[in-house]
Amino acid sequence: MNRPRSRAVILPALWLGVLFAFPFLLVLKLSLSDTALAIPPYAPQIVWTDGLDGLKRFVAGLDFEMYARLTSDRLYFDAYVSSLKFAATGTILALLVGYPMAYGMARCRPGVRDILLMLVILPFWTSFLIRVYAWVGILKPAGLLNAFLGLLGLDPVTLLYTPTAVQIGLVYSYLPFMVLPLYAALERMDHTLLEAAADLGSPPWKSFWQITWPLSIPGVVAGCLLCFIPMVGEFVIPDLLGGPGSLMIGRSIWMEFFANRDWPFASAVAIILLITLVVPIVLYQRQQARALEAGR
Amino acid sequence: MSRAPAKPAKPKPDGKRLNIGAVRSSFAPWNDPNAVPLVRFEGVTKRFGTQTAVDDVSLDIYPGEFFALLGPSGCGKTTLMRMLAGFETPDAGRITLDGKDLAGVPPHQRPVNMMFQSYALFPHLTVEQNIAFGLKQEGLPRGEIAARVAEMLDLVKLTPFAKRKPDQLSGGQKQRVALARAVARKPKMLLLDEPLGALDKKLREETQFELMDLQVELGVTFLIVTHDQEEAMVMADRIAVMREGKTVQVARPEEIYETPASRYVAEFLGDVNLFETLVDAIEHPMAHLRTPEAQAGFYVLDDDCPAPGATVWLAVRPEKMTISLDPPPAGTRNVLAGEIWDIGYTGDWTNYIVELPGGRLVRVARANSRRFVERPIGWDDKVWVSFDPDAGVVLTS
Repeated sequence: MNRPRSRAVILPALWLGVLFAFPFLLVLKLSLSDTALAIPPYAPQIVWTDGLDGLKRFVAGLDFEMYARLTSDRLYFDAYVSSLKFAATGTILALLVGYPMAYGMARCRPGVRDILLMLVILPFWTSFLIRVYAWVGILKPAGLLNAFLGLLGLDPVTLLYTPTAVQIGLVYSYLPFMVLPLYAALERMDHTLLEAAADLGSPPWKSFWQITWPLSIPGVVAGCLLCFIPMVGEFVIPDLLGGPGSLMIGRSIWMEFFANRDWPFASAVAIILLITLVVPIVLYQRQQARALEAGR
Repeated sequence: MSRAPAKPAKPKPDGKRLNIGAVRSSFAPWNDPNAVPLVRFEGVTKRFGTQTAVDDVSLDIYPGEFFALLGPSGCGKTTLMRMLAGFETPDAGRITLDGKDLAGVPPHQRPVNMMFQSYALFPHLTVEQNIAFGLKQEGLPRGEIAARVAEMLDLVKLTPFAKRKPDQLSGGQKQRVALARAVARKPKMLLLDEPLGALDKKLREETQFELMDLQVELGVTFLIVTHDQEEAMVMADRIAVMREGKTVQVARPEEIYETPASRYVAEFLGDVNLFETLVDAIEHPMAHLRTPEAQAGFYVLDDDCPAPGATVWLAVRPEKMTISLDPPPAGTRNVLAGEIWDIGYTGDWTNYIVELPGGRLVRVARANSRRFVERPIGWDDKVWVSFDPDAGVVLTS
């Protein structure tokens, strides 16, 4: 009985091992190394021909120097805090925009509902990069938005290369990840519960807060974490839409890796980011497990 | 609207066990011209697209009554109830409660409460919180809510389960929570949509009696929707039999069973043998009916029998026929000879299906009042079936 099940675990385990655990260990090792002017630009490296001695020398060469440097430079701390702020604001905005969308969709006729659902997923058919670039066209000084404001006789606004542009880009790009879990939670809800609430004397707006909202909490949590986690590490959006003021950690990592070619330091920044995100990831996993439990 | 408890119309008997039968027999406000109905449906019609779900229904339900809407699925009984609760709006006609027109009153302002077929318990709230929900909406003080919830929990015997969530309860317990939640607000009327549909047979029977006791105890008017004729017969003071959106008969259970208004009602409630006959002659107090199925024809009481020449249906319930292996004495009326075609033994009753010479099947039921019978009736036995002139009902539609 147990055999086939244990064999079925092999594939996901292999997947995780090859595509997560092994690369993670590589990055972890990198972060404990020192910068070196060579290719690859770090030291120490394991000299396999020296056998056990080589390995010992290698381990002795590892240190936490990069992490020490990370704490000594305020720039990185600021970048972490600013990333978390961007992600938190973006998540809340996505929730405020996404909840009414998901709610409206869940209350539509099944036919209309399918069309709306497709419209939410439709942007995924074009490249993420192109969609973010499109915002450059909309937000730039002589872009679509200012042209539209001009038609209304309003003053043009400067948005491109500001934190606001980054925030807009984040909310736009991650909105589907908010809408889909919310929709799933709201659509599953039994409509007779609202009738029962009305029957027991609750007016519609009160029924929303007493019934609909608490029952959609699993969707809210899932949507928020699905948005927040990738938003923190977002690189493309601040790079394309943000100016020098929009400091985000994803961009710092990119800079250290490719501009400064400081692999060990970049790895250390990445490891700290991962640790920062472990808490929300674990929360998400636990919430998913609970939702699965409740669904049975 | 006020939620003052309705005055119990049925006298509350003292003592522990409520004697429903005795209370019932004296309770008949529908025969009293001065009685004021609690709810009136006046020419109510509801259409969904091209389909007419409820078609010009007029009904009066009196305070303290246990009223049942009975019919097959799709007959409009649930729609009628949902219009009273406010979840559907009538396309024509009006519904009044306590003399006030309910048109435009949203569900949350109607002084009626409903127990849903699916129970519709709030999954994120405990049993206690579910029952308290309706009281909270009224803004009652905390202490009063707690006292009322405790009272309700005690009423449905769920006090030890107060802190549980609905998904930790059995079907019967959920049903009782739904009931407690619906009556907690002391509604003027309790609407029950197939309240026993999800319970197994044994539990259903127990719950029927519990519901009846509860109704007398609370003095609340009950309106129940059901497709189960036995449920309606056992519990209701009056039954409205519905068909395709119309009420076809509204009467006490025994009236509906013994004097059905039409073949539809006769067939829907219980088993019945229907014979298509021609009125031959009226010889007061008897009427003679001619039929190809019995050479001598049938003799029945001539009440409500149309004039000779009319085609009528004679309805005879299986338990009102007698079956024997010996021919009845000469001169006995309404005798049919045939052969046993099938026997269905249910323990308390045995159903005999008798084939008449023309191939027509007649159903006869006999109570097994003795444990052993000297000459049991077996398959392919030749038997005589007979019934008294007052056993059958003449139906014209």
